[in-house]
Amino acid sequence: MKILVGIKRVVDYNVRVRVLPDGSGVDIDGVKMSINPFDEIALEEALRIKEAGKAAEVIVISCGTDECQQQLRTALAMGADRAIQVKTGSALQPLSTAQALLRVIEREQPGLVILGKQAIDDDNSQTGQMLAALWNRPQATFASKLVFEGEKLTVTREVDAGLETIEVDLPAVVTVDLRLNEPRFVKLPDIMKAKRKPLDVIPLEELGASLASNLDITRYAAPPLRQKGIRVENAAQLVQELKNRGLL
Amino acid sequence: MSEREIMQYDVIIVGAGPAGLTCAIRLKQIKPELNVAIIEKAAEVGAHIVSGAVIEPAPLDELLPGWRENPPPICVPVAKDELWYLTPTGRYRLPTPPQQNNHGNFIVSLGAMCAWLAPKAEALGVDIFPGYAASALHHTGDGAVGGVVIGDMGIDRAGVPKDTFTQGIEIHAPVTVIAEGCRGHLSKQLINQFKLDQHSDPQNYGIGLKELWRVKAGKSVPGLAQHTLGWPLDSSIYGGSFIYHLDKDRIALGFVVGLDYKDPEFSPFEAFQQMKHHPMIRNLLEGGEILSTGARAIVEGGYQALPVTEMPGAILIGDAAGLLNVPKIKGTHQAMRSGMLAAEHLAATAVASSAGFDARLRNSPVVKELHKVRNIRPAFYRGLWRGFVAAAIETVTAGKLPRTLKLHADYSALKKLAGYSPPDRHWVERNLPPRDRLASVYYAATEHDEEQPIHLQILQPDICITRCSEEYDHPCTRFCPAGVYEMVEDSNGKRLQINSANCVHCKTCDIKDPYQIINWVTPEGGSGPNYQNL
Repeated sequence: MKILVGIKRVVDYNVRVRVLPDGSGVDIDGVKMSINPFDEIALEEALRIKEAGKAAEVIVISCGTDECQQQLRTALAMGADRAIQVKTGSALQPLSTAQALLRVIEREQPGLVILGKQAIDDDNSQTGQMLAALWNRPQATFASKLVFEGEKLTVTREVDAGLETIEVDLPAVVTVDLRLNEPRFVKLPDIMKAKRKPLDVIPLEELGASLASNLDITRYAAPPLRQKGIRVENAAQLVQELKNRGLL
Repeated sequence: MSEREIMQYDVIIVGAGPAGLTCAIRLKQIKPELNVAIIEKAAEVGAHIVSGAVIEPAPLDELLPGWRENPPPICVPVAKDELWYLTPTGRYRLPTPPQQNNHGNFIVSLGAMCAWLAPKAEALGVDIFPGYAASALHHTGDGAVGGVVIGDMGIDRAGVPKDTFTQGIEIHAPVTVIAEGCRGHLSKQLINQFKLDQHSDPQNYGIGLKELWRVKAGKSVPGLAQHTLGWPLDSSIYGGSFIYHLDKDRIALGFVVGLDYKDPEFSPFEAFQQMKHHPMIRNLLEGGEILSTGARAIVEGGYQALPVTEMPGAILIGDAAGLLNVPKIKGTHQAMRSGMLAAEHLAATAVASSAGFDARLRNSPVVKELHKVRNIRPAFYRGLWRGFVAAAIETVTAGKLPRTLKLHADYSALKKLAGYSPPDRHWVERNLPPRDRLASVYYAATEHDEEQPIHLQILQPDICITRCSEEYDHPCTRFCPAGVYEMVEDSNGKRLQINSANCVHCKTCDIKDPYQIINWVTPEGGSGPNYQNL
């Protein structure tokens, strides 16, 4: 079985993201970029499945400009066998990404597709669900545990009410949550080995996926500044202050 | 634990700053067949670099002719120099000392410049490994340095391996180039082990704090390089500020204080924040926003403190050797020149060898430049005004007077509380951000996995609550710019709490602690600040 893992190049979670003064986007000048942390968990899970003898190959894929090759190389250093860059001139929206992934799935025929539950830049949480629908295969989102049973996969999901366990037929799309695993550190010699692993570049046009954007981004804005707190003398005053603000 | 994996290189360089990167690039330019690697503890090249920085472009011209057509991302030619002496509310224009004439120089972000240099080194075949800390030295059987040991990853606070434990490898090479910058922890070990400083004066240091701001449109004058002396410092403290006007409404401002200050209650961070409230600077910043903050110790000892820069199997370059030129307030050109010199030396023999590097460095313009200005910094030991006079004499005579002032160690300068009363510095109430050190660290984006061993080792913890309480009242809680050290009192009594996750790797504690019981070691690779454009 092949496992396909989607990864996205995002602003690192440690970076203090800042909106550009003209509201046209986020300032990424000189900013550290990383693999989306949820995607890193997806990759770690795929590697563990392979190491347990349940998969033969782990393929990582990213849709983006040539800069995302840096993250694909990191994924190869973590242990993926090969990488695919779907080359685009600009960032894709979730539906276009799902379409591009679908075309690659048709070529590669993976038995399992693992993605992060969402990217930490736009927080859409859409690509996995859209891909499952387009592919017409089962989806198991927000996974915190995966167990293989024959041709089926038992997935524990993190849902609002707690945990939900479902069973899906393979092939399927799984999107992973934070508690699934803790990704490994990359060993230095593996960085050197990763330089020699195959990284195929496929132009988006060649896949025939549509680039039509169905979302218009009109403006970026920082959240309003938090108001200065006040100190209350006693419980009665606290209640009064909450009432004054319509919170009670 | 299993035997460590080993990688072999011809030259291994510790630190991807201007010295290390320049050395690597030059090595591959001269001898492309050499296998060269750089180890960098920051998650990305440039993320632990803080500097003003106005740089002299000559070494860059020499290293990369044609760089001006494709300059680093932040690179503004200096259009005008100004030096001001500040009083609490006024200012006086001073003549710019010749060393600080920046005609032909460039204001850059040194962090961004290193991030720009790294791919150039990689294109030549240098292997750069950011996110890996050289935690220890590897010695060969005969005691020479034989390379470095990369720190283990995935160890918990108690030192027990976690599920993610990954053993660090060893990197072996005939020569290890130490380019860690000021007060590197390997440099410190090597200087002690090989007694490299036995014939030199104690090293002197400063602490530099920096903020990058985006100011209101029209307030920044791209290319203006301003420096100030005077307030908020009293004349016994050596230091001052820089205000560099960049493009895109950005201003890089910072404050440098000599770590030989005497006042145990003094806080360099607070002094920096005070300086921002001088009318001249406050007016620039009001209505703007902070983009980034950082701090780093600066090496100031110059010629007298220069250690022997070679030992069997290793050499020191850049600020790890202590090559910064204080009167120029610049070290980058010295770092780059020493990097090129090191490369030329190492490429000259069939197998790279450290032997003879120290003589080569001392006969080069790098050390000659330091010799010429050797008496300027120590002249300020006796205060700003006497320092001025002495500096003027040294400048006019170009350092040819037959005398060399002695240096003393910074930590020994601190006065005990008893009998010391600080002068009134006329400090004001502040309202510009950041409010305090924690708010400031937020903009340094520093990050350490809190489940790792504390990388600030207190060698004799009992001193903190006994002698230090009485003698100095815990100066670590004030000189640290990141609020790492905190005295807390709970049911078990008073104790020192080390908030190591806040550390920005400036090394000030290792230097200024009066008992010399703080030992800074490298945390897990990739930890520490994530500076942007500093």
